[in-house]
Amino acid sequence: MSAVLADVPEAVAPAATKAIAPRKGGRPWTFYVLATLFGLYVIALYGPMFCIYILSFQDIRGGLVFPMKGHSLHWFVDLFTQVRTGDVKGSFDRSIKLAVIVTVITVVVSFLAGLGFRKRFRGDTVVFYMMIGSLVAPGLVLGLGTGLLFQALGLNASWYTSALGSQLSWTLPFGVLVMFAVMSRFNHVWEEAAYDLGASRWQSIRLVMIPVLAPGLVAVALFGFTLSYDEFARSLQTAGSLNTLPLEIWSMTLNVTSPSLYALGTVTTIVSFVVIGASLGSIVLIQKKRGSQAKG
Amino acid sequence: MQPSPKPAQTPPRANLAGWLYVSPLVLVLVPFFVAPILVVLAASFFSTDGFGGLTPEFTLASYVDVLHSALTLKLYLATIKFTVLTWVFTLIIGFFVAYFLVFHVRNQLLAIGLFLLCTVPFWTSNIIRMISWIPLLGKEGLINQALLALGVIHQPLEVLLFSDLAVVIAYVHQLTIFMIVPIFNSMARIDKKLIEAAIDAGASRFDILRLIVVPMSKSGIALGTIFVVSIVMGDFFVVKVMSGGGSASVVSAFYEDVGVLQYPTAAASAVLLTLVLVGIVSLILRTVDIRQEITR
Repeated sequence: MSAVLADVPEAVAPAATKAIAPRKGGRPWTFYVLATLFGLYVIALYGPMFCIYILSFQDIRGGLVFPMKGHSLHWFVDLFTQVRTGDVKGSFDRSIKLAVIVTVITVVVSFLAGLGFRKRFRGDTVVFYMMIGSLVAPGLVLGLGTGLLFQALGLNASWYTSALGSQLSWTLPFGVLVMFAVMSRFNHVWEEAAYDLGASRWQSIRLVMIPVLAPGLVAVALFGFTLSYDEFARSLQTAGSLNTLPLEIWSMTLNVTSPSLYALGTVTTIVSFVVIGASLGSIVLIQKKRGSQAKG
Repeated sequence: MQPSPKPAQTPPRANLAGWLYVSPLVLVLVPFFVAPILVVLAASFFSTDGFGGLTPEFTLASYVDVLHSALTLKLYLATIKFTVLTWVFTLIIGFFVAYFLVFHVRNQLLAIGLFLLCTVPFWTSNIIRMISWIPLLGKEGLINQALLALGVIHQPLEVLLFSDLAVVIAYVHQLTIFMIVPIFNSMARIDKKLIEAAIDAGASRFDILRLIVVPMSKSGIALGTIFVVSIVMGDFFVVKVMSGGGSASVVSAFYEDVGVLQYPTAAASAVLLTLVLVGIVSLILRTVDIRQEITR
């Protein structure tokens, strides 16, 4: 999803000619039908989530449904202080750490694989299919397989070994597919020019490709982070004794029937927004910097 | 991928370079995708003591169990029902949302903004997104409250939550984005001049849709279909939570089996499911060469 963040500006660019059916002036009837459909979709998308954000600010009498009973931060305090709601803080820490590790590895490995897949090589189809297979295999099955494998090898499953690997088997295919789209817009002339000017392969990657592809790499990073932060099925059998946040949320949905659950939703949403804001901000910064360099 | 025309004969150096670039990817996929799949495959042929212990002796008993069980057919039918319904709804909504954004929104910045609007909710936990339907669909939820107030119904509808309907709603809510993004991407690349030419040649709006837009977005449709189908078929917690335990899917049965340590049966049904998924995905890849289309 975030992949397109970086793609959008270029992707939509050709539309600037906007010569499509609705010529200047009146809109065709299809516009209104589709606009309505779009509006309904957005309402259905946001409506339920806003309900839980609102309900999480109830006071102690609050329940799982409307009408809202008073307002306070009671359920947020409850979330982080009550033993009954589980180890939210610990799992939260682990999930963030894990997501950061996954993000770094995903960016580096996807970038390299993207470079590799630009040219055909013997056996590339095998690797490609392995990747697609990893993407579509049911997460729970892979998780169980990894868990059993670790058991058979006498290794302890933990969030930073088995769960890390399981998550990568899911984030990497996504990352590489995004890299395909990003790389397809890379103009090879620049690379050729770098070689002509005597750049080594490493120099052309470091000084030409990485700066040019930076927004795309940020998109891959964002992808890796959100997929990992939210990964559940693959971590279930591989996280070992310490939960990640989605696992914690999962067990909460089974045990906790109070607005604490909604408070957790509100908190995780805020964290996501901070991360996304930072990433988008960095894309904008990179592009601004590039713009001023071009001028200077 | 189709055995596309091999470029003459790749020089050995290019092969080596290609493999070097993808080696980190392979180093993750082999231990965390290939090996776990093989472990599950092996486990499906083992016998068990019923307490999670596996005896490595070759037996087809698990497969016989799974294939003979009337439950298996029921599970597959349920899974296929959910998959097809979700696929149809996400495809229709996703296609037209993308179509609206690409062809009807004239202001490019607005199109990007609206597109981002669609992706934002997917940055929060999908478990939270799922339970956010409770305040709406529940017996005392908003929809029932509204219908009761309007006098449309006199007793709260029970089918809204913890039903197949709720399962499909949750899937569509979670997965439509996986259709919108790839379809949007491929549609945005359609040269608007083509459509102008079609209009000049007297094509109707429907002709344009049928003869230009759909064929040219097929890589996006295929990619979206792969995402949606593999996620729905590999899922268990949406079914478990949103049906209130009333419905089951292949993976949720797998999850139950794992819960009671019936590894071989679970593994056998996992192998079957994976085969079915591989079949579906390779059918899709046979019609659309995704790698070619993305990197084009």
